[in-house]
Amino acid sequence: MADPRPHGSTAVTTAAGTATAPALLQVEDLTSSYGPVRALDGVSLSAAPGRITAVLGANGAGKTTLLRTISGLVRCSSGRVTLGGEDITSAPVEAMVGKGMAHVPEGRGVIAELTVDENLRVGSLFRGKVDRAEFDRIYDLFPRIAERREQPAHVLSGGERQMLVIGRALLAKPRILLLDEPSLGLAPRIVAQIFGLLRQLVDAEGLSVLLVEQNARSALSVADVGVVLNLGRVVVTDSARTLMGDEDLRHAYLGF
Amino acid sequence: MRYFINVTLSGLTEGMIYAAFALALVLIWRSTRIVNFAQGSMAAATTFIALALIQAGQSYWVALIVALISGFVLGAVVERVVIRPVEGGPELNAVIVALGLFVAIQAAIAIIFGSSFQSFPTPFGLEGFQVGDSRIALTPTSLYVIGAVLVVMALLVALFRFTRVGLAMRASAFGQEVARLLGVKVGRMLTLGWALAAVVGSLAGLLIAGGEFVYPAYMDSLIVFGFVAAILGGLDSPVGAIVGGLILGLALSYVSGYIERGSALVNVAALVILMVVLLVRPGGIFASSTARRA
Repeated sequence: MADPRPHGSTAVTTAAGTATAPALLQVEDLTSSYGPVRALDGVSLSAAPGRITAVLGANGAGKTTLLRTISGLVRCSSGRVTLGGEDITSAPVEAMVGKGMAHVPEGRGVIAELTVDENLRVGSLFRGKVDRAEFDRIYDLFPRIAERREQPAHVLSGGERQMLVIGRALLAKPRILLLDEPSLGLAPRIVAQIFGLLRQLVDAEGLSVLLVEQNARSALSVADVGVVLNLGRVVVTDSARTLMGDEDLRHAYLGF
Repeated sequence: MRYFINVTLSGLTEGMIYAAFALALVLIWRSTRIVNFAQGSMAAATTFIALALIQAGQSYWVALIVALISGFVLGAVVERVVIRPVEGGPELNAVIVALGLFVAIQAAIAIIFGSSFQSFPTPFGLEGFQVGDSRIALTPTSLYVIGAVLVVMALLVALFRFTRVGLAMRASAFGQEVARLLGVKVGRMLTLGWALAAVVGSLAGLLIAGGEFVYPAYMDSLIVFGFVAAILGGLDSPVGAIVGGLILGLALSYVSGYIERGSALVNVAALVILMVVLLVRPGGIFASSTARRA
């Protein structure tokens, strides 16, 4: 697809708020392939602490591959990923959560055979003994899953599953949360509720979020910074507000 | 009536052993989606280790403990060295590797311990308890068998339900990718799963050997029975494996007890049951609405 915008404006322009803050997660020139298909073609982006960074783009733009490559589920062929300055490009997947990165994969990743409470406990396993009060806090955030804590997770609705996996990721006490399509298949009301809660966690507790979304309108409404991907390349990086106001870009890449 | 009770009692005892062996198969299937056809010869190997110790003058109990520990080590080594390289590949690869291992271990047993029939002792009597003026088909040995299997099952339930390792193992079995993302060392959990399964399989091998003759292939029929019991229970469910084992034990006991020359039909009956289950309820007797995966 040809870039409909004049060439100069595709250069990376960073939102004022993120220009000064050092990046928490830095992705440099990341390339990775599924067999002969090059899914990521030199992607660079950064996620600032205490911000929501949204990665947007159509199906097949490489959004999911980006998150999977960052967390090591897919090995990159070149490029570098750093978290808080530490090079984590070739760290094992199992080690990522200990380094402060919690990745909630596409399709939510509820373990259907375990109960709701057991699902949460899996999220805290690597930390050793965890105070019960931390679980209560998660249940306070998501009262709907608290009612079902002893039930097997397969009885949960889509929205409840999303709440469960976000809660589970929060129990890992991450510095940055990687969310893959949390809005997928959810009613707009539930999406607004979940995004609202994310915003609250970011503002109140300094959580950082790297959010991958096809639902660009909802994502930009909650994010600070947007990164638009197309066919494995970054098309533009800008503040969410600027992207929201750029009608040509929205039509060309974001579908609204 | 007394005859019926006797046939039922011996069926239940045999069924407990099938249940234990089926449980070993289910533990591995659940976590790695592999039917471990080498389970029988692995159990035979540990039984021969126990026999060698007993023949060298050690007590039955020392031999039992050593055999179970060898089972643990053998299971871990097999997963790490033989199975790990084919995991994630086409499913048939692992099955073929397991079959190859089955043959190789059996041959190794014959080379090391010889292929003659050797009698394996039992720590308890083989004579039925006296009830009224006759003896019933419940012996001290069968009580020991039932008790040993129940204890091991209770320990497994406690491990899976109440411990952090057990939770990590279940998470690894049901959601490998998610577990890895949450920091669970999935590879280690799979190795542990194979090791525990081999312990349970070894126990089944030792129990069925008690008071009988052992030879390198003595576990072959137990593989068939254990597999049928596991399929009966749905292959995915530990509870199903136990119920499947008991049902199969009873069914085979009735076949051999009530049909003329029925004891010759036991193997055939097991295969008939297998075919009927696969035709009528391929997901096992506890199948829910969801189809069996893989």
